[in-house]
Amino acid sequence: MAEPGFVREPFREIRQQHEADMLGMYIFLATEIMLFGGLFAAIFVVRVLHPIEVVEASRRLHYFIGAINTGILLSSSLAVALAVQAARAALARRAALFLVAAAALGVAFLGLKALEYSKEYDEGLLPVFSDPGRFSGPVEHLFMNLYLISTGLHAIHVTIGVLLLGGLALRLTGGALRLPDRVIVVEACGLYWHLVDVIWVFLYPVLYLAR
Amino acid sequence: MTDSNALDSRPDRNDPHDPGLSETMTERESYLRAGHTLRSWLLTTDHKRIAILYLITVTVFFFIGGAAAVLMRADLVTPQGDLLSNEGYNRAFTLHGVIMVWFFLIPSIPTTFGNFLIPLMIGARDLAFPRLNLLSWYIYMLGGLFTIYVLIAGGVDTGWTFYTPLSSMFANGHVVLVAVAVFIVGFSSIFTGLNFIVTVHKLRAPGMTWGRLRLFIWSHYATSLILVLATPVLSMTLVLMAAERLFGIGVFDPKLGGDPILFQHLFWFYSHPAVYIMVLPAIGVASELVAAAAHKPIFGYWFVAGSSIAIAIISFLVWGHHMFVAGQSMYASAVFSFLSLAVAVPSGIKIYNWTATLYKGHIALDPPFFFAASFIGLFVVGGLTGLVVAMMAVDVHVHDTYFVIAHFHYIMVGGTVSAYFGALHFWWPKMVGRTYFLVWGRLTAIFIFLGFNLTFFPQYILGYLGMPRRYHVYDPAFQVLNVLSSAGASILAIAYVLPFAYLIYSMRYGDPAGPNPWGVTGLEWTVPSPPPKENFAEIPVVTTGPYDYPMELESRDG
Repeated sequence: MAEPGFVREPFREIRQQHEADMLGMYIFLATEIMLFGGLFAAIFVVRVLHPIEVVEASRRLHYFIGAINTGILLSSSLAVALAVQAARAALARRAALFLVAAAALGVAFLGLKALEYSKEYDEGLLPVFSDPGRFSGPVEHLFMNLYLISTGLHAIHVTIGVLLLGGLALRLTGGALRLPDRVIVVEACGLYWHLVDVIWVFLYPVLYLAR
Repeated sequence: MTDSNALDSRPDRNDPHDPGLSETMTERESYLRAGHTLRSWLLTTDHKRIAILYLITVTVFFFIGGAAAVLMRADLVTPQGDLLSNEGYNRAFTLHGVIMVWFFLIPSIPTTFGNFLIPLMIGARDLAFPRLNLLSWYIYMLGGLFTIYVLIAGGVDTGWTFYTPLSSMFANGHVVLVAVAVFIVGFSSIFTGLNFIVTVHKLRAPGMTWGRLRLFIWSHYATSLILVLATPVLSMTLVLMAAERLFGIGVFDPKLGGDPILFQHLFWFYSHPAVYIMVLPAIGVASELVAAAAHKPIFGYWFVAGSSIAIAIISFLVWGHHMFVAGQSMYASAVFSFLSLAVAVPSGIKIYNWTATLYKGHIALDPPFFFAASFIGLFVVGGLTGLVVAMMAVDVHVHDTYFVIAHFHYIMVGGTVSAYFGALHFWWPKMVGRTYFLVWGRLTAIFIFLGFNLTFFPQYILGYLGMPRRYHVYDPAFQVLNVLSSAGASILAIAYVLPFAYLIYSMRYGDPAGPNPWGVTGLEWTVPSPPPKENFAEIPVVTTGPYDYPMELESRDG
C-alpha cells in the first residue's frame, strides 16, 4: 500500500519514515511512563509498609469527583481516536471538531480538579499552605504529599495536551497541516493524549480506590 | 595513480592561482566546508557538524570540571587545607562532580563520536531526527549555562549526589538552580538516546543486518536504552527535591511526613545505571580500537554484543549497593550484593574477548592501540575493586572513603576518559581529514596512563587506611600519599592539555589522511576524510560482516 506524504532527508521511503516517527513517539512515551514510574513505586511502597494509615488517608479523598474525571478523560480519548480516524480519511474539518471536543473535555477535567483541590484545601488536606497539624500522622502527610505531586504533575501533562490538541485543531482548519500527508502529526499527538489518560486510569485506583 | 589519491593530495603551494589555502579537493567538498558562516554551524542539522559542536562544548566543560579537581588536589597537598576554605572545598568537589558527571561523562562519547559515527557506520545519511539532534545540543547548552551561572553566583555544597536532608533542609547554596540545570540536561540525554534507538532500528543500509552492526553500535544501543529509561526517574527525583525546597511538599523531609532514604533509592535507581551510560560507550570504543589495532575480526562477536545488553539490563537491578550502610534490610542488601557481583560476568567476557582478539594479531603500535591497552588495564583494576566494594562486609569498612573514590575514578577517568581520548586519536583523521604526529599520540597515551595511576592508586591505600572522602583537613599521617596523588594529577593535567596542541596544529599543517589511514575495515573508512555532507554518494549495500579482515592460515605463522 502506497502511503501518502513526502520523504524527508535521512529516509529512503515513506513507510520507513512513518515507522521511525511512530517508534520515536513510543520511546518518548516510555520515558513519560518512567517519569511517573518512580512516583508509583513510592506510592506503592508506602501502601505496603503502612496499609492501615494509607487506607485511612485515601478515605478522605473525594473519590466521586475522581470518578467523574475518569469518565471525562475516557470520553476525550474516544474523541481523539475518532479525530485520528477522520484525519486518516483526510476530513480536516471533522478531525478538528473532534480535537476541539477532546480539548474541551480536558479543560473540564482541569476545572473539576481545581474544584477538588480547593475543597481539600478547605478541609486542611493539601500539604501546601495548610497547617501540618491537621494531618492524623506522618503517613497521611506523606500520602497527601505524593497525591499532590502526582496529580499536579498529571494536571500539567493534561494542560500541555489541551494546548497541543487545540493548536492542532487550529492548524487543521487553517490549512497549515495538510492531510493526509501530515496525518502522522495527528497520530503522534493523539498517542500523547491517550498516554495522559492511561496515567490517570492508573492514578485513580492507586490513590482514590486504595481504601 | 587512483582517483582518491589525486583528490587527497595537497595542492601545489607555489601555484599562483591557488589562494594559499592548502586544501585538498576532498576537503573542499566535505561537511566542514559546506557553509562557512557561524549561522551555518549553529543552525545545522548535519549530524557531523552537531558532533563537532558537542566536541567543543563537552571539552570546555571537561576543563572547567578539571580545574575544580586541580583546586582540590592543590588544597590536599597539606593536611590543614590551606588553600580553600571549608565552604570553598565543598563547593569545589560538588562542581567537579556535577560538571564531570552530567556535562562531560554522560554526553561525552555518545554525543560526539556516537553522533558522528552511528550514521556513517550503519550506512545512513543522518540520524532519524536531525532537528531533534540539534535541539538536544541547545538544551545541553541551556543546562550548561545554568551551571556556569551557579558557578559564578557562589556554587553548591551538597556533593553531586544531592542527598537529602542535607540538600533539602540544610544546604544554603543554589541547590534548586543546579537541580534545574541537571533536569534540563536530562532532556538532552533523552533526545539523544531516542534518536540513536530509532536510527539503529530504522535507518540501517540494505544488507546491514543486526549481526553486521559494529560493536560500537551495539554498545551505543545499550547506552541509549539506559538513557531513555533511567533519566526520567532522575528528573522526577529532582522535581520532588525542588518541590520540597520551594513549596514545602515534603517527600523526603521527616518533619513534613517524608522519608530521606526514599531519595537515595530514587537517586541511585538512576545514578547507578548512569555509571553504565558513561562506561558502555567507552567499551564500544575499546572494541573498535582493539579490532583495528589487531587487524583481526573481534573474538566472540555475539558475546561482546550481548554482554553490552546484559550490562544494561543488570544495571537497573543493583542500585541498593550504594546503601549498604543506610539502614537497608540485610536481605535486600544480600540480593543487591549478589547482583552487583553478577555485573562482573559480562564485563569479564569483554576483557577476555579483547585479549583473545589481540592474540596473534598483527598489532599496529599506533596511538589507538596504546589507548585501548591502557583502557583495558585500568578497567580491569577498576572492575576488580568494584567487586571489593560490592561485598557487604568489606563495603562497611571502605564506605565513603577514598577507596570508593579511587574505584570509580578508575572506571570513569581511567576507562571512559581514556576511551574518549582514544576515540579522538582514532577518528580524528576521519573528522578533519588530516593526520597528526603519531609519536605525540603515543606519548600522550603513556603520560595519561602513568599520571592516572600515580593520582589514583595512592587513593586506594588512603581509603583502605581510613581517609574519608570529602574532607580537606586530614590526619598528617596521610600526607605522603596525598602529595603523591597531587603530583600524579599534575602529570595528568599536562597529558590532557597536550593533544589539543598537536591535534589543532594538524588541522592546518597535517598531511591529508586519505579515506582509510589505519588500513581497517568499516563503512566509515570507505568514504572520503572528511566525509561529504551527505556521507555516501550512494547508499551502500552491505554484503559482509563487521571486522571483515582476511583470515590467516596457522601454517603461515610458522
